[in-house]
Amino acid sequence: MIAENKGKLAIYWAASCGGCEIAVLAIDEKILDVAKHFDIVFWPCATDGKVRDVEKMADGSIDVCLFNGGIRTSEQEYMARLLRRKAKVLVAFGSCASEGCIPGLANTSDRKEIFRTVYQETPSTENPRGVEPQHVTEMPEGKLYLPIFYDTLFTLDQIVDVDYYLPGCPPEAERIWDAITAILENKLPPKGSVIGVNTTVCDECPRKRSEKKIRKFYRTWEIIPDEETCLLEQGLVCAGVATRAGCGAKCPQVNSPCIGCYGVNDGAVDFGARLMSALASVIDSDDPEEIDRIIREGIPDPVGTFYRFNLAHSLLRRKKKAAAGA
Amino acid sequence: MADETFEPKIVGFMCNWCSYRAADLAGTARIKYPPNVRIIRVMCSGRVDPAFVLKALSLGADGVMIAGCHPGECHYIEQNYKAMRRYYMLKHTLQALGLEEDRIRLVWASAAEGQQLAEHIEKFVEDVRKLGPLHWPANFQENGERLHAVEALAQEHAESLEVL
Repeated sequence: MIAENKGKLAIYWAASCGGCEIAVLAIDEKILDVAKHFDIVFWPCATDGKVRDVEKMADGSIDVCLFNGGIRTSEQEYMARLLRRKAKVLVAFGSCASEGCIPGLANTSDRKEIFRTVYQETPSTENPRGVEPQHVTEMPEGKLYLPIFYDTLFTLDQIVDVDYYLPGCPPEAERIWDAITAILENKLPPKGSVIGVNTTVCDECPRKRSEKKIRKFYRTWEIIPDEETCLLEQGLVCAGVATRAGCGAKCPQVNSPCIGCYGVNDGAVDFGARLMSALASVIDSDDPEEIDRIIREGIPDPVGTFYRFNLAHSLLRRKKKAAAGA
Repeated sequence: MADETFEPKIVGFMCNWCSYRAADLAGTARIKYPPNVRIIRVMCSGRVDPAFVLKALSLGADGVMIAGCHPGECHYIEQNYKAMRRYYMLKHTLQALGLEEDRIRLVWASAAEGQQLAEHIEKFVEDVRKLGPLHWPANFQENGERLHAVEALAQEHAESLEVL
């Protein structure tokens, strides 16, 4: 029996690793509170449910949909559009849905390159006939369809209207619970808000800052940083200065630089631009050639460093495509 | 991809205290420079957030010029050095994203250097013209096949998934 006053909850994943689904369970026994207040009407990872059941639901009949993952295929786009129609509140849950995350780094490539790597070139692949997924396959019985794989990974809000964002790779359990409580108590922030805090990881980080400048960027395996001083001031590329707080500065506290999984903080539009600005300020040189050398030697992979979690949602969104600009 | 008729769209961020005045000086002195550059006055080259440059490119600019005071002559002491560091940072990243090196350029021009600024602009416009249009938004526009495939899914579901 479905209690009449219970809300309806849907959880869906698209292009993501599955960590967000597990993160939902990291709220531990509080999941029982969720079950007390919500009927889970669609959660393919955990419960049985069919797309056609969702298709038959009335528009707006799902109260909240937590959608994790970016949009990489036509099927994922279809599900995003379907769940947007059926849900009153659509939450971009986690870094992939909000900002593209690691799957978004494939925006440095395109469908052709990705297929070549995955279906031809990986050492464990044996594919002598060079078979690749086709959108339509003609069979004697009729046509078979596979989703179209896009050249570019899109974030959820690049496809449909998104009500709230819950950042993090994956979101921390406490922040998930904050969001669920806000939904339950109907204390939601204005539409379009990020549910979370509005400070940076630096504000949560206990390390000492002294505005020291550096002459070389180190990669994490090159030095063992001391445990008290700001990692950036020791030459490690720490993204804490650009990253939204909410994680409790877990990485810097175990001597590992922040990599920016909580995304850009309020007030900045482009994570990479913010980080580039910040890093430019700590370089201790006024000589163009030396500056260029420090940057090129210390940051061999600028896209992976500045946009590890945000490329799909950055201003440029992807690497230039060979065919574009013609 | 040289195109005789292609007129590059250039956004120029110019410092209030030097290069913007150099552009003014070029105007009053009747020094000609190509009209391709759309000048945006900023208080200092150090005010130019890399996001400004990225936004200009993402909205369809073919090239971006940043112009500031000569090193050591910044009105705000040393912010043009900051601009210089950001510029190299940005250049490194843009190259990794497949943009040609000549799409962005940092130049110095004092308020007295109208002629020099005009020459910088002329050179930059010619260099970008040689590169051809950038047309960045085309990079993530999927073709019509995509929307068709999404619409077709609903139909396919209706036809094939109904199990009685």
